[in-house]
Amino acid sequence: MTMTRLAVVAFLLALAIPGSALAEEAANGHGPAIEAQEWSFAPPFGGYNKGQLQRGYRVYKEVCANCHSMRLLSYRNLAEPSGPHFSPKAVETLAAQAQVTDGPDDKGQMFQRPGRPSDAFRSPFANDQAARAANNGALPPDLSVMAKARPGGPDYIYALLTGYHKAPPGFDLTQGMYYNTAFQGYQTAMPNPLVDGVVPYTDGTKPTVDNYAKDVSAFLMWTAEPKLEERHKIGARVMIFLLVFAVIMYLSKRAVWARLHRRDHTHTA
Amino acid sequence: MAHPSTYQPASGIEKWLDARLPFPRVMHDQFLVFPTPRNLNYWWTFGGILTFMLAVQIATGIVLAMHYVPTAEGAFDSVEKIMRDVNWGWLLRYSHAVGASMFFLAVYIHSFRGLYYGSYKAPREVLWILGVVILLLMIATAFMGYSLVWGQMSFWAVTVITNLFSSLDSLIPGLGTTLVEWIWGGFAVGGPTLNRLYALHYLFPFVIAGVVILHIWALHVPGNNNPTGIDVKTERDVIPFHPYYTIKDGFALVLFLLLFAALLFYAPNLLGHADNYIPANPLQTPPHIVPEWYFLPFYAILRAIPNKLFGVIGLLGSIGILVFIPWLDTSRIRSTSYRPIYKWFFWLFVVTCLALGYLGSQAPDGWYLFFGRVFTIYYFAFFLLIMPIVGLIERPKKLPGSITQSVLGPEASRPAGTPAAPSEPVREGVA
Amino acid sequence: MANPDISTDPSLLPDDDPSRRDVILIGAGAFAAIGGAAVLWPLLDQMNPDASTLSLATTEVDIAPIEEGQAITVMWRGKPIFIRHRTAKEIEEAKEVKVDKLIDPLARNANLPDDAPATDVNRAASDREPWLVMIGICTHLGCIPKGQAVGDYKGEYGGWFCPCHGSQYDTAGRVRVGPAPQNMYIPPYAFASDTKIKIG
Repeated sequence: MTMTRLAVVAFLLALAIPGSALAEEAANGHGPAIEAQEWSFAPPFGGYNKGQLQRGYRVYKEVCANCHSMRLLSYRNLAEPSGPHFSPKAVETLAAQAQVTDGPDDKGQMFQRPGRPSDAFRSPFANDQAARAANNGALPPDLSVMAKARPGGPDYIYALLTGYHKAPPGFDLTQGMYYNTAFQGYQTAMPNPLVDGVVPYTDGTKPTVDNYAKDVSAFLMWTAEPKLEERHKIGARVMIFLLVFAVIMYLSKRAVWARLHRRDHTHTA
Repeated sequence: MAHPSTYQPASGIEKWLDARLPFPRVMHDQFLVFPTPRNLNYWWTFGGILTFMLAVQIATGIVLAMHYVPTAEGAFDSVEKIMRDVNWGWLLRYSHAVGASMFFLAVYIHSFRGLYYGSYKAPREVLWILGVVILLLMIATAFMGYSLVWGQMSFWAVTVITNLFSSLDSLIPGLGTTLVEWIWGGFAVGGPTLNRLYALHYLFPFVIAGVVILHIWALHVPGNNNPTGIDVKTERDVIPFHPYYTIKDGFALVLFLLLFAALLFYAPNLLGHADNYIPANPLQTPPHIVPEWYFLPFYAILRAIPNKLFGVIGLLGSIGILVFIPWLDTSRIRSTSYRPIYKWFFWLFVVTCLALGYLGSQAPDGWYLFFGRVFTIYYFAFFLLIMPIVGLIERPKKLPGSITQSVLGPEASRPAGTPAAPSEPVREGVA
Repeated sequence: MANPDISTDPSLLPDDDPSRRDVILIGAGAFAAIGGAAVLWPLLDQMNPDASTLSLATTEVDIAPIEEGQAITVMWRGKPIFIRHRTAKEIEEAKEVKVDKLIDPLARNANLPDDAPATDVNRAASDREPWLVMIGICTHLGCIPKGQAVGDYKGEYGGWFCPCHGSQYDTAGRVRVGPAPQNMYIPPYAFASDTKIKIG
């Protein structure tokens, strides 16, 4: 293969990667098909929408956090500029709203105190066993990296949250389970957490289940990939640098080999 | 390395060092002026790319090791801490993970180059075998590295693959179990297993570096092969490695880095598995245990064979067979370019490897299992039947008179006024 | 095998356009150098304190339980912090000392300019002179001086005594007997309320 063809192929391959990254499908084809949604962060130069992340955090805090921990996040993360970008004061307030366990004190006891920005998100349960006991033996998974832990990521989460429907006639729904069109096996132990109006939105966005699902899915994508915007930004610079570098190297290679080719032609004249 | 060194130490310090440890002399002779065939194509750039990737993996690995916690309780969280809190941690982690895939992409291209052009044939048998050793070390290193994340796929991949050793119980009762418990450091995969995988994962890349040095040494004794497969005959067939191949390797490297960067910055998890973002749970097996893409062909071979022990033998044999290629291939012609019949079988082999890779990612039943078996049979038949037989019965195409002739054409093979032959006797071009 | 044909050695071949080739090769070298530096920086910067460490840069301490004459030690950025609730006698002894007679005449207080003198006012908490907050590390070679506990030997000046090499500090934490060269440092801190100190 000539060097030109190789270079073209490599270049096209490099361009194809972001394209294929957009087309994430559900698992193996063995489960429910998950529809792809539009996300602000999906394109190669895309990023997060600050307002959406702030709303999504509210949904997490008021609805999901009653059962699901998020122990890899700290309150200080909410101030990140490439994330929800809450003000430092808002972050202190949000942290202080949570009671976190600290200690032991001088008497050897653990105690509760208001949270600080440096604290990790408060977990609803002290441990997995307590979580199971409160949820009929089912363990609500930690949500920190959920958007990367399922094929389809935020598409899947959105489909799950909007997938609660009445079970079709003839479907064998186990006692205590709920029918869901997105979940593997079509039934899940998680009851439908969202209903219109359950979380008040203050920025004019309609407080519908669809918007809640969209916003919290985007929020979960941020909690899983907080560095996405930085990665895309630096990626753009690196790709441009390498493209220019490739052209320079190609010209350099030609310039160096020109001597050899010239020598050949003078000798064979 | 039959030619005398032309290194001239320039300064006083250089002379002093040269008399005590001739490192600059070795670098000069082996990497600057080293006589290299003038017709090497871009498939020859992957050796340099591989050396670069080894350096990338070691550098990113060492800095990651400054933050990683090798305990069952702390491992997963420490990786996430690297991704979130460590300065540039996300970049270092993704570089290391995507870098492993790029490393394997390069090594497979490099190996197929060697297969196609007969670079394994005499006198380069040891060079080839050292390459297989490097491949085995890479496979072990990558397997251990993936386990360190301690996600669901990490944990269960270690469980499944180490459990393969228990198949020895069918040979000698108790031997397999003893061996497996020795590997695990317990009665199941756990913290002790993780800790030792970490220690060995840190060690192996330096062993690889040592074998790479031997690999380059073994290459430099006879010198590089080239696309025609015929030996170097005259001075005109070769050019100094620097600047011609340093710049060409550099250009190819930048193109390779373009692909690396595209994956790293825009699809870092494309080649991974979502299940590995679930912390390891010894009480819950994932529905589909799948290795990383670069292991899929071997995984397909393992599962194609119905018997557990023979499956393991097939798995190990599929790599072990590579060692014997220099003796299995009976052809006296090195380069497949001049072997019209063998060429078809070679490309079918390439298709086989790609097909096995795809089949390794699917559940082993129905048509997937059937074709897995078909391609596994061809995989082994290619080495055990095709190589010996085709080499004996094939009539090759006419080889060019010399490397220079293949580049410049027959009328330019002898420059005006240049003596016809050098003072050394000319070696024949065929094996 | 023969040495390479020296007629292919670029330095010996006649040149059509050396300047153009040099420019492109210099460009290639420059890009390689920039790329190398860009790769090197993250490898070095990752060793700097990470975000979680930086977030713990501030500590809050409740000083209500500290009686007069008592002292506590808390950790801040991995270092011990001495917080002493001084008695009237200790304050008076500290005030009587002439600053120019001290081994180290500077306050070493991060809340004041570097050249502030080591008067008791500049060492103690501003407007709360019974309170002394210091980094409890001897300025000689880094040992932790004795004097926090009630039974500790406090040296001749009633402050702190370092058991490693015998340095002695007074009731304002200033070095009076060497080999320590400087007064114990005072960290950046402020009173968040009458009973709470925020350090860092």
